[in-house]
Amino acid sequence: MENTSVIGTKNKKGQVYTDTAVMMNEAPRTLSFYTGSEVIKEAIRRASIDVMIAYPITPQSEAAALIGELFAEGYIGDYFRGESEFAVMSQCAGAAFGGARVFTTTAGPGTMRAMENFPMWAGARLPIQMIVTCRGINSPLSIQPDTIEISYLLQTGMLVWHAETAQDFYDWILKGYMVSEEPDVHLPLALCCDGFFVTHTKDVVELTPADMCLPPYDPYRSPVPCMDMECPPVRMMRDPFVMKSNYISYATHASWQQEIWAAMERSRKHTIKWLDGLIETENVDADILIVTSGTAVSQGREAIRLLADEGIRVGLVKIKCVRPWPEDEIREATKYAKHIIVPEFNVVGWMAREIKATIPNHERVIAGPRVCGGMTMPPEIIVEEIKTALGVRSRAFTGRG
Amino acid sequence: MISQQSCEEVSVSKERIQIAPELFEIMPPEYQDLVSRATYGNENRGWKDIGTSKELIEEHSLCAGCPESMAFRYILASLPNPENTVMVGSTGCTSLVFPHVAIHNIHSLFGNQNAVASGLKRALTVRFPNRVKDVVVLAGDGATVDIGLDMTLQAWFRQEKFTTICFDNELYANTGGQESGLMQKGFVAKMAPMGKMFEKVRLPEIARESGCHYVVSCTVSKPSLIEKVIKNAVLIAREIGPTYVQLYTPCILEIGKDSMEGLQEMRDSEKPTGRFAHKEYMSEPAKQLLADIAAREKDKKAAAMQLVAQEV
Repeated sequence: MENTSVIGTKNKKGQVYTDTAVMMNEAPRTLSFYTGSEVIKEAIRRASIDVMIAYPITPQSEAAALIGELFAEGYIGDYFRGESEFAVMSQCAGAAFGGARVFTTTAGPGTMRAMENFPMWAGARLPIQMIVTCRGINSPLSIQPDTIEISYLLQTGMLVWHAETAQDFYDWILKGYMVSEEPDVHLPLALCCDGFFVTHTKDVVELTPADMCLPPYDPYRSPVPCMDMECPPVRMMRDPFVMKSNYISYATHASWQQEIWAAMERSRKHTIKWLDGLIETENVDADILIVTSGTAVSQGREAIRLLADEGIRVGLVKIKCVRPWPEDEIREATKYAKHIIVPEFNVVGWMAREIKATIPNHERVIAGPRVCGGMTMPPEIIVEEIKTALGVRSRAFTGRG
Repeated sequence: MISQQSCEEVSVSKERIQIAPELFEIMPPEYQDLVSRATYGNENRGWKDIGTSKELIEEHSLCAGCPESMAFRYILASLPNPENTVMVGSTGCTSLVFPHVAIHNIHSLFGNQNAVASGLKRALTVRFPNRVKDVVVLAGDGATVDIGLDMTLQAWFRQEKFTTICFDNELYANTGGQESGLMQKGFVAKMAPMGKMFEKVRLPEIARESGCHYVVSCTVSKPSLIEKVIKNAVLIAREIGPTYVQLYTPCILEIGKDSMEGLQEMRDSEKPTGRFAHKEYMSEPAKQLLADIAAREKDKKAAAMQLVAQEV
């Protein structure tokens, strides 16, 4: 066959299409000091995006607008503001059906408004990447950080990753497409972070060279036909399944749903390769473990440092990938733990529930501390939770209880 | 404005779907028929081709005599560039026919068809900058005017370059005959037990005010009219901006008619004073485009006549 690889050639901005492994793992990195929103922009500059569709909602508006600047500079094929998140996610679907690499961002109530689209994305096997900068969804109106919306995404068939830092974000945006677009996966990715804490704070981030970009998306590696009339459009079926109440119809839908979750299972090997595992662990031989995701991990790290000063040894499990759920990894990492502390930025404690459903002797799980509605999580309240579990007396904090 | 290149690409597209001779026998009959008998690539294709090939909806799963099935066939036969056309549907009776259609088509959700088409058209433009890829939306009145109105209008405001076709049967047919925004005032239906309380939404007028360059409202009683309207709507959308076609496709079931009575119902509704009298609006750029196309066709015909005369 003719060699049609574009690796080594340049795009119209002069960036070189680079093998992703070379770009992410071998190319020199430059230190920068950016907000999370600016980091999203820098990742997208290098992501060979065909279509990005934007809509304003705090705290993702800045990132979505910055990507508009990239479009104006010529780094993105097309870009526009949609009329609502429901419409935007449908516009993303249309672009992905048409064979484009698609990117969008949303948050909180936007995620909820768009929700009908997500199982459709997964069912249609559209490898769209959506950044979710989590915020509260409750009434009274809140724009503050809160991770409850992630729990609504868990059964949609989307891959769900939860970044802790801006560096995670930068790397995972680029690597995310590599996992999503694998022919044996081909599912959308919700790449989540805690709004404001990640989007609006500055952090040191190591960037890959600006003159390198991802290889373009090849829609003909999709497991379902691209809707561009470039392959035979023959009649798909004699009777539309939607109208039939018979075994063939049920079996078709059932096998299609199972295939989506099987594709998610098949994503594990790719995610493990690109993210170096679905979880990260430190000192998991300790009696006490903090197991969580997102910026709760960062607060957990601080708590571990405070407790180390007092001679209490605590290990850490950072869950990077929430869907597919790292069941085996969590069982293995928690096998020695007597106390499993799950700090979370939401009121329901969905992460603790997931962990309880995974491990033996789940009474070891302490579903907290939990903060919500934009509250910060001082490491001291994690320390206190751990001391309470250990039966160690601790100083009560003003304003708590 | 319709470039020579786009005509060449049409034939290239038909080449793409050819079957290797060694595999021809084992391919589905629909595919064999598509490459050997389809009207794709025929510049003069139209409603008279119906019945000549499987791609023009050999069978459908609508009710016997449903005017929507007629409309569907006329539209498919009239698309000027089917081998490079992608259609977007929505939930409803239309979604029962799309699986039979030999044109790539998308069903995703109920009411989001114009949003899907916006993303699709832009993606195809990014991916095929030098080729013509037409996008045509075909959805019912519930999808277009009620649940999807926001996205219908916003696509027009943005001047998205695709055609929106609404099959107006004045109710939610697929769910069993509930009130819709395009239903006539006073009609007693499910969810309108006292009769509909407000007027039929005047979407054709709204379409004109929202920036559509070609708006037509009519019934599907005359296939030659539908052929002309669909060709105009697609060509204007391709070159200038959004177009809207609202077609009365009565639900004979829900208005208490028999299978044979759909055509008469449409004829009764399209009298000059009827609510589906043929109405057409065209923007100035659209008029100019159609005039250019007509002039070019006239020249072509004259040249052909001259050639024939010389041969004689």
